[in-house]
Amino acid sequence: MKQENNSRREFLLTGLAAAGLAVGCSSKKNAFEAGAEEGVIASGKKVKLLSVDGEVIEVDEAFLKPVPTQVAVSNIEARKGIAGKKFVMVIDLSRCKNLRKCQDACDHMHSLSPDQNWIKVDSMDDAEHTAPYWQPTTCMHCDEPPCVKVCPVDATFKRQDGIVLIDSDRCIGCRFCMAACPYSTRVFNWGAPQIAPEIAAQPYSCESSVPQKKGTVGKCDFCPDMARKGELPHCVSACPNGTFFFGDLNEDTVSNGAETFRFSELIKDKAGYRLMEDLGTKPSVYYLPPVNRNFPYESGIDNDTKEKK
Amino acid sequence: MENSNSIANEKIIQDLLPQKFGKSGKIWTGILVAFCLVGLFAYYRQLRYGLIVTSMRDYVSWGIYISNFVFFVAISLVGSLITAVFRLADVHWSTPLTRIAEIIAVAAIIFASLIIIVDMGSPERFYNLFIHGRLQSPIIWDVIVITTYFFISILLLYFPLLPDIQILLRFKEKSGKRLHKFYGFIGSFWKGTPEQFKLSEKAINILCITIIPVAFSIHTVTSWLFATTYRPGWDSTNFGAYFISGAFLVGAGGVVVAMYIFRKSYHLEKYITADHFEKMGRIVVLLALLYLYFNVNEYLVPAFKMKKSEEAHLNGLFTGEFAPLFWFAISVGMLIPIVILLFKKGRRPLPVFIAGIMVVVGAWFKRYLIVTPTLLHPFLPMTNVPDNYRHYFPSWEEWAIALGSLAGAMLVITILSRIFPIIPIQETITEQHENAE
Repeated sequence: MKQENNSRREFLLTGLAAAGLAVGCSSKKNAFEAGAEEGVIASGKKVKLLSVDGEVIEVDEAFLKPVPTQVAVSNIEARKGIAGKKFVMVIDLSRCKNLRKCQDACDHMHSLSPDQNWIKVDSMDDAEHTAPYWQPTTCMHCDEPPCVKVCPVDATFKRQDGIVLIDSDRCIGCRFCMAACPYSTRVFNWGAPQIAPEIAAQPYSCESSVPQKKGTVGKCDFCPDMARKGELPHCVSACPNGTFFFGDLNEDTVSNGAETFRFSELIKDKAGYRLMEDLGTKPSVYYLPPVNRNFPYESGIDNDTKEKK
Repeated sequence: MENSNSIANEKIIQDLLPQKFGKSGKIWTGILVAFCLVGLFAYYRQLRYGLIVTSMRDYVSWGIYISNFVFFVAISLVGSLITAVFRLADVHWSTPLTRIAEIIAVAAIIFASLIIIVDMGSPERFYNLFIHGRLQSPIIWDVIVITTYFFISILLLYFPLLPDIQILLRFKEKSGKRLHKFYGFIGSFWKGTPEQFKLSEKAINILCITIIPVAFSIHTVTSWLFATTYRPGWDSTNFGAYFISGAFLVGAGGVVVAMYIFRKSYHLEKYITADHFEKMGRIVVLLALLYLYFNVNEYLVPAFKMKKSEEAHLNGLFTGEFAPLFWFAISVGMLIPIVILLFKKGRRPLPVFIAGIMVVVGAWFKRYLIVTPTLLHPFLPMTNVPDNYRHYFPSWEEWAIALGSLAGAMLVITILSRIFPIIPIQETITEQHENAE
């Protein structure tokens, strides 16, 4: 718990320092002066930062101030989605060894409460004589989303870029979507989210899904805020084994950051499939079967016993 | 002749006027109020801390609140059965039971609406249902039909009450000042002219016809909250009919219980006779057999196939974790009442009353078994969650709120029976006349 708070603070500091510096540079003043004006007393602890000009500069820690994350797009824009895109994910089961770095990154970047996970890594054992394997599950961002069908208030919606999002400012917490989702991907904020006050105070956006709110549903959002910046979702970049691929169906490419594939060929060559195809939900997440594995199944077992918290 | 008639009428009126609570009535009301207050306190805690005070978690996201909701919707259907179906079928013996049935219907539908708000994670956003409502969601259908059913039920209670209120207004000293004022407020316009009777008769007929499809809708739509999902145990085309048959059964069970209690506490043996119990007993046994038939369909057909997704769920009910409760609900809610009521001796007031209690208790647990076990058997394994997410046993707050809502419904029934004659006075008089002629 304590550990987590620290890492969160570190992340905040770096992010904020950069933001603070950008402001400082543009007004031709250094960050030190900017802070001094407001009468902040130097703590003596210096932090090294890289300026936009490429210089390494030292700034007193006391002058680093949280800058709230700006809401990038309006609610109306966020409900429309990114024009011309159709996001897909491919998860290569032969590469997963249940490290759960994806989960850690996701939990951290979305400031989830300690007992929540949007990504889960299931230990799958389909039948008596079949081989077990690790299966990370995200929201499937279905093209026929059962959750969206049943939502009484349009709090969860499907965008033109294929992403299914939740508007936590509108959700009434009836949990019908949770009952409707066959992939059990949705989680609920049963109590007040256990998050740092500065994160809770951030302006909410359904693209960042931060901060989560009491009495509303949450789930994997395919990180549309990252997509707007042209970056990969946090789980994709966090996986050291390159299990997750993310991309655009219209461009027919998916990438895990290190490798890029033509989506259609990857699915064809490796016999990609989707979960519970028979339900007709048409997920946007494809799986590559666990053949020619990089790791034996057993290598993930140790990690499975250490539960989060 | 005229004279003896009016003496008989006065006797009926004196028998049926609402009576002040006796000692046991006061104790009963006190207990109900106490339950409601504990429930309110638990709800205050839930509002303050969130649904975290319940035992529901991500997998079991619907618990006893929702099963309680289904129970209330089910029991409220009886209003349409006893009042509308019997009236349209020109069945007269049920006249003394109509008001009991309507009062139960109104009380149950009120608490069905309340308990669904209790289940919401963000009840302060309730208005979103109206400003952002989407017609494709079964919840919106439920909101529409429950509201409609609520108003029709209120009117169906109110219109037949008007002639009785005219009678009540004659007894100012007996009813007390405030109650007299209230009667005047809701019913002083009723003069009992032939035109008014004709109009009222017509209105009641229209209501009786409209309430039947609406009643079918409320419970069918409630079943669709489950049947429109993919989950094992819910994914059934049989669900609407299954729910409606169960609803009629629990409603009829509720009426026989209420009949017995009112008969005892208000000494109505002359009006609610052993014959009424005999006839209601027959109805309950018929409905129980019907519900049993749907249960056989609902469980045996999937059990024959044992699809992978259904297997864990069905095994859990038949022999696993939920088996004791499942067999309790089946035997107490259906089998034993059927056995009792099939025999003529079993259709005397006391055995019918006991069978009615069994039906109602069995039905409550049956609703729980419809809602919760399914949620414990998702398609993908339950992983990466704290251990308490894998089980469900309601917290004290949930019990307090559920019991509080049941007590609240009984309190509404009690209060309505204190204010209004529990047996329609005017209709009883009219029928006596018709019988005499």
